[in-house]
Amino acid sequence: MIAVQVVVVGGGPGGYAAAFLAADLGLKTALIDPELNPGGVCVYRGCIPSKALLHVAKLVTEARHADAWGITFSEPAINLDKLRAFKNQVVARLTGGTGLLAKSRKVQYVRGLASIEDAHTLRVKLTSGGEETVQFEHAILATGSVPAVPASLRLPGGDDPRVMDSTAALDLPDIPPSLLVVGGGYIGLELGSVYAALGSAVTVVEMTPGLLPGADRDLVDILAKSISRTMKAVLLNTRVVQMKAEPAGIRVTFDGGQTGDAVFDRVLVAVGRRPNASVPGLDRTQVRLDERGFIVVDDQMRTAEPSIFAIGDVVGEPMLAHKASHEGRTAVEVIAGHKVVFEPQAIPAVVFTDPELAWAGLTEAQAQAAGRTVSIAKFPWAASGRAITLDRVDGLTKLLIDPATERILGAGLVGSGAGELIAEAVVAIEMGATASDLKLSIHPHPTLTETLMEAGEVFFGQSTHVYKPKRP
Amino acid sequence: MADFTLPELGENISAGDVLNVLVKVGDTLAKDQPVLELETDKATIEVPSTIAGTVTAIKVKAGDKVKVGQAILSLADNGAAASAPAPPAPAAAPSATPPPEPPAPAAAAPPAPAPPAQTAPTLVRSRDAERGEAAPAERVRGAGASGVEKDNVIDIARGPRHVVPPASDAPSAPAAPSVRRMARELGVDINQVPGTGDAGRISVEDVKAHAKRLITAAASSPSGGSAPRPMGEPLPDFSRWGAVERQPMRGIRKKTAEHLGASWATIPLVTQYDLADITGFEEIRRRHTKQAGAGAAPLTVTTLAVKIIAAALRQFPQFNVSIDMAAEEIVVKKYVHIGVAVDTDRGLLVPVVRDADTKSLMQISEEVAALAEKARSRKLSLEEMQGGTFSLSNLGGIGGTSFTPLVNAPEVAILGISRARMEPVFKDGQFVPRFMLPLSLSYDHRAIDGADGARFLRWVADVFEQPFLLSLQG
Repeated sequence: MIAVQVVVVGGGPGGYAAAFLAADLGLKTALIDPELNPGGVCVYRGCIPSKALLHVAKLVTEARHADAWGITFSEPAINLDKLRAFKNQVVARLTGGTGLLAKSRKVQYVRGLASIEDAHTLRVKLTSGGEETVQFEHAILATGSVPAVPASLRLPGGDDPRVMDSTAALDLPDIPPSLLVVGGGYIGLELGSVYAALGSAVTVVEMTPGLLPGADRDLVDILAKSISRTMKAVLLNTRVVQMKAEPAGIRVTFDGGQTGDAVFDRVLVAVGRRPNASVPGLDRTQVRLDERGFIVVDDQMRTAEPSIFAIGDVVGEPMLAHKASHEGRTAVEVIAGHKVVFEPQAIPAVVFTDPELAWAGLTEAQAQAAGRTVSIAKFPWAASGRAITLDRVDGLTKLLIDPATERILGAGLVGSGAGELIAEAVVAIEMGATASDLKLSIHPHPTLTETLMEAGEVFFGQSTHVYKPKRP
Repeated sequence: MADFTLPELGENISAGDVLNVLVKVGDTLAKDQPVLELETDKATIEVPSTIAGTVTAIKVKAGDKVKVGQAILSLADNGAAASAPAPPAPAAAPSATPPPEPPAPAAAAPPAPAPPAQTAPTLVRSRDAERGEAAPAERVRGAGASGVEKDNVIDIARGPRHVVPPASDAPSAPAAPSVRRMARELGVDINQVPGTGDAGRISVEDVKAHAKRLITAAASSPSGGSAPRPMGEPLPDFSRWGAVERQPMRGIRKKTAEHLGASWATIPLVTQYDLADITGFEEIRRRHTKQAGAGAAPLTVTTLAVKIIAAALRQFPQFNVSIDMAAEEIVVKKYVHIGVAVDTDRGLLVPVVRDADTKSLMQISEEVAALAEKARSRKLSLEEMQGGTFSLSNLGGIGGTSFTPLVNAPEVAILGISRARMEPVFKDGQFVPRFMLPLSLSYDHRAIDGADGARFLRWVADVFEQPFLLSLQG
């Protein structure tokens, strides 16, 4: 039997961040996960492997584009086994690292699947066989989420390897001549971009009127332009009503904006993820789920059961690793007796397509829905020296500013490297920075970070590189 | 049937070019839903509808120039959809500029509703230098515009969508995360702290200053939280009679002085005395100590007393209460938490054994030993000293024949224990040596009558003599 002060169920970026902090605060801690090492979906089959592949995809795209600069490479020869090995090595290196960090902190890592006995006891079915009982003062459930596959997207004749979820697609089984991506969210667009760069003819089908529902349209429009060049087709307002496995491929029937049917060599279903709250024995506690299957927690990440906390994808959107790790650290600090709550002003979201799309804090769509008055300052990358040197003027930096206090409430970026740039906006929002603060902070030249500074200048109608006088 | 006409858009804007019509005939239109994208010579704006209904006709198209007051759409009023009575014709609206949104203190109002319908669009986009760059071909319209299917999947996360929706129009307090956290630790509402920085930014100093103001205000107000301090008569100059040294009254001593002063001033105290024959228990205790060996939590008079009192409080619930004179109510506690006075080098501390009535003698032994150790090594948390319903003060380890313990308000009773000693007891026609334990019960006479006090103390003494009774009664 293991007796600990804190047990964390789930070794994803939220779970291991929580376990590590608990150990750092001197609490006796155990971490339970079925994988060899901590890492979870993010490191094993999510953020990390997809970024390794997207990096490669970007290289392929840029090499092709270099033709315009007078440098012509021959068409790339792709060794899929080697590429897969690179991706696997990235994952192995990172997970090996987290495993080592757990060990150095004396976090007891238990490989297995947990079920709940009561509010202070877990039973773990060990990967190595047998069972282990874990007695705890506090538990943190960090069980994450799993790809959602609605019934309409299941094959009538049972599973077929040609219909993949994101996990299967990351394994790079082959480069299909044609690929249908169902879902125009970030997972579909990221993985679709990888396959497109590797040579597949990719079709994206999305049931709403636009890609990336939730993101501001002016940003998405710029990305959509690039997507329309790299993908074979983007079908909006279109639903997949039926899929059938045929010897030649998967026959998919569409309805809505596009009707009829077509055959694809492979199909990637990326319509979303659902919370994984299916921990056996949860019903033996007071932990409650909402109607969408998320565990209900308060702003201190407490469930209705006093000894049990929950964090990450399993407690709600946005399902993002960095949100999970901050929630995990909040939960641990609460357990350690600190008076803290999870109260971010901005949770950045990044779509790692090419160009990247990122936002943080208030979005224009939210401001509109809330009827909130905001000023919007935009700086197009066509006016950025750095963007021009990169030959990447397909970008836009946008600030949402409170007109009364001039505080920065939100930011949206699209463009090469937007995912890195958004971090500055997050700090600005959290610090309560004003447009003046951004304007007055010297940004290095020539870099893309200047677009944030100049967007601050645009607010005052004084941008050096955009002539747009303030309206009288 | 009603027409929606172009409302006032803002100062000096009288007309604009239609970029896009955002609705079509047959659409059900909600109030405030954008219907037009309009480019004026100042800005590109989305014009929200001021009325609800079903669109029956559209009178403008992209490229048209429209003037304020010109008819845009015809709407059929479909009763229920128009929840609010249709506002007066927009043309009659006061010359509307965007509603001035005062940067109200965050705590001020419930989430501000959408601005009144007849005012100008709520969202003004600056004219973008990149116009034309992105063809607005596919745009998701505002709330309710797109026909998002409600079935199986669409509700699930499809992208990194942002939560933490703006709770209200009042921006949250302009303070860095570290400052917000410090305020929370101090128990200060960050939204109440006046910021002295640029744009009202709140600094660490602002939070500290605000906390200080709160404390001073609470202390000076008549209903302030701190206990009344019995000041007593003015003191003479002691140095007239010899050397003195003045030491500041700190920490526990000050707290004890205030607490017991208040207690003494408010509680009409009665103390009753009795003796319990613990000859039998003493024998069990010695045997247990020998058997359990070193390292085990010792079975002591204090441990047994906690157990007995816990049982007694179940028998006599009127001892497990507090008095709320302001509300003229008696607060009856359904839990039994026993405070145990511990003598430390810093003064008297009273850690609390929670739910003592549900714990075994051995559990209590271990817990008392652990709490006492924590108290002496200064590791006791505030929480571990709160919530007691009855206290116990055992001075037997030091000596004395009896004493008057003071009730630990807001509890209403306390048991004092002095040193047990062999006494001759007249029993069955002769004097026999018995090991007798002096007990003293003090209680708040406002809550407890003398006869009840005597019964309680006799019950406690009986069980000390026959601990076996615990398993019968407790």
